Amino acid sequence: MSLLQISEPGQTPEPHQQKRAVGIDLGTTNSLVAAVRSGSTGTLADLQGRHILPSVVRYTESGVEVGHDAWAHAVEDSLNTVVSVKRLMGRGLKDVSTLGGVLPYQFVESDSRMPLIQTRQGAVSPVEVSAEILKVLAVRASESLGGELDGVVITVPAYFDDGQRQATKDAAKLAGLHVYRLLNEPTAAAVAYGLDEAAEGVIAVYDLGGGTFDISVLRLNKGVFEVMATGGDSALGGDDFDRVLAGWILDQAGVGHDALESSSHRAVMIEARRVKEALTDNEVVVASHGDWSGEVSRTQFDELVEPLVAKTLRSFKRALRDAGVKAPDVQEVIMVGGSTRVPLVCEKVAELAGKRPLTSIDPDRVVAMGAARQANALAGNKSADEMLLLDVIPLSLGLETMGGLMEKVIHRNTTIPVSRAQEFTTYKDGQAAMAVQVLQGERELVNDNRSLARFELRGIPPLPAGSAKIRVTFQVDADGLLSVSAEELSTGVSSSIVVKPSYGLSDDEITRMLRDSQSSAVADRDARKLREQEVEADRLSDALTIALETDGEALLNEEEFNALVVELRSLKVVRDSGDADAIKVEIEKVAKASDAFAARRMNQGIRNALSGHKIDEFKES
Amino acid sequence: MLGILIPAFGMNCIVVDITKNFFELFQLPVSSQVDLGLLSERYRELQKAVHPDRFAADDQRQQRLSAQYAAHVNEAMDTLKSSLKRSIYLLQLAGKPVDMENNTIMDAAFLMEQMELRDRVSEVREHTDPESELEAIIGQVEASIDDYQGSFDGLWQKGDDKSLNEAENIVKKMQFMVKLAAELEQLESELLDD
Repeated sequence: MSLLQISEPGQTPEPHQQKRAVGIDLGTTNSLVAAVRSGSTGTLADLQGRHILPSVVRYTESGVEVGHDAWAHAVEDSLNTVVSVKRLMGRGLKDVSTLGGVLPYQFVESDSRMPLIQTRQGAVSPVEVSAEILKVLAVRASESLGGELDGVVITVPAYFDDGQRQATKDAAKLAGLHVYRLLNEPTAAAVAYGLDEAAEGVIAVYDLGGGTFDISVLRLNKGVFEVMATGGDSALGGDDFDRVLAGWILDQAGVGHDALESSSHRAVMIEARRVKEALTDNEVVVASHGDWSGEVSRTQFDELVEPLVAKTLRSFKRALRDAGVKAPDVQEVIMVGGSTRVPLVCEKVAELAGKRPLTSIDPDRVVAMGAARQANALAGNKSADEMLLLDVIPLSLGLETMGGLMEKVIHRNTTIPVSRAQEFTTYKDGQAAMAVQVLQGERELVNDNRSLARFELRGIPPLPAGSAKIRVTFQVDADGLLSVSAEELSTGVSSSIVVKPSYGLSDDEITRMLRDSQSSAVADRDARKLREQEVEADRLSDALTIALETDGEALLNEEEFNALVVELRSLKVVRDSGDADAIKVEIEKVAKASDAFAARRMNQGIRNALSGHKIDEFKES
Repeated sequence: MLGILIPAFGMNCIVVDITKNFFELFQLPVSSQVDLGLLSERYRELQKAVHPDRFAADDQRQQRLSAQYAAHVNEAMDTLKSSLKRSIYLLQLAGKPVDMENNTIMDAAFLMEQMELRDRVSEVREHTDPESELEAIIGQVEASIDDYQGSFDGLWQKGDDKSLNEAENIVKKMQFMVKLAAELEQLESELLDD
């Protein structure tokens, strides 16, 4: 069979061309965007040459300011200036009120129980605030790389739960970005150090950022990362160092903590941060607040933050235990996050690990740089054989069973993607419905765990108690996002949901926000919808073209091959029709027509993956 | 043709055409013992071929398909690396699915041993040296899991009907011990955190 010419002459598609892919570190305090250009990885600067974008968003009378401009007004306009929004992602009002005490915002609850921040432009959700930060980074990246971005990798703390990951992905969607993958920050750091290529063995990543602490234990072997264990605290970071120091300053100044105006609260936090940073290189720093001023020594500061550092070390030890390794087994410790510049942190980590941690890459940029390398690989700009990251879920997932107990379906540290089913039964005669409560956490009692979602399976046939068989299936994708389905096996009655966390946005809300965030002109909305379909059509058409070129002859007979070539041509014609709905229909048609081919290619991939062995073993014997 | 039905990472279900059992998937002999080094090596090679990261820039259909395959490979790995899950899986392949809910055939000596162990566990916190006491119990439980694994190996190799029925009983006992080991691990974390 001859390989047919797939492209029309003069219209050769270029599926192999370099994709514009970037890595984004969406941090609590600061955010960065990085890219691989001509083989070297670097963070991208704004027009003023600044790499770091403070994760601060200010809602002004006329619009939105992000970054340095917003930060400059953080004190005078604190109610309308949102800082550390990452801490609010995927959280409920109740969680928010327990987050490190005083937050200077006025919260209101939304329909979906998500806390909204009241600003002069109305109530905004944490997802919308994060989207503003992402938009600024995306514009910066598009300008640097000379065109629209094909895809991004966004980093999240390894400890982020389902709701927090979902919220991050929603923010990207709102910012109009295609997310290749959410990547755990510590894994990104290891990738940045190039530990994916040469090294073998166990490495630990100690990431103390502004608002979160993550510890990850990874095993590297022949270019493959396996996350052995993760741990940490999604509410502990450099902000807490600032807070204890600010508390100390207020005590010294004889000011009560509760009576503070939000602006002077912000002022003392900024002063605390300045003093903390200065203490990295100085033994003594002068602090001031209002009329008071006095000296703070590093020893005093160390005493104040020691309990916080000790907390991180306990998590470190626990993660090592979970991974089944001892401290001397750890070959390298990578330091990530600005707070690792605090000398006490480095000392204590070195003491525990018995070796100096790696600090040669700027701890503020290392995560973004790793994400950029991963984005470059995922975009297909680099041979995929070189690197593979295998991730795990950070927290167990399960269901509520009789007596308010949690039954775990997927245990923490299980490698993803994963699909697991468990069977349950009814406890009453003739029970017609079953409530499925989806939980996340390690504790035995339902109330001690986080409820992710709740749904009902109705229409169970009337059967004696214990006779119905209900299979509940949990699926976690490569981004760590969960979907759950339930089915009564004798009748096939089924019910399924993509878990939208209790504090997440509904799809309707996202659609509404997308509408609002664009200028509300109908033309703009339609243009965006069309663009989305065109991009997906291009993805399918590129992938199918390459697949036909490489495996078409081997896996398809002539008739099948020709049929797919016809489908591909028709996809290309419809793709340029300017009709979003027609493109969508065509994409589904072509995807369906090529399903069997795709499955054969996957099966061939499996065969090829191990075929080398047989040959080697044959030669040896 | 055997097909393994895997719920799709999307709305519909697709039959993944993997006619092989987990051992064949990894090109390992169907056996109660597995070379763990070889298992990990093959696992990585398979994931390099099917993992969604390889298809991140592709269309959504391809991404869903790859998620199903990767989940299947993960499931196979999870089953083969644990001696308990591997044993249960082997019996299932041999047409002897283990009914874990039904424990009526436990012998009295085993139940006595379980009760004694659990009594000891419940008193760990009151012990003069809780950590070494806990370590001793963990050692005993691990040794007993190894013993069961040994008995299972022997019975599996014989392979006759009577041996396989006996193997089912062994698997159930192993299950008790594995559960206990998990509880002990939890207790150990709690003790160390106190």
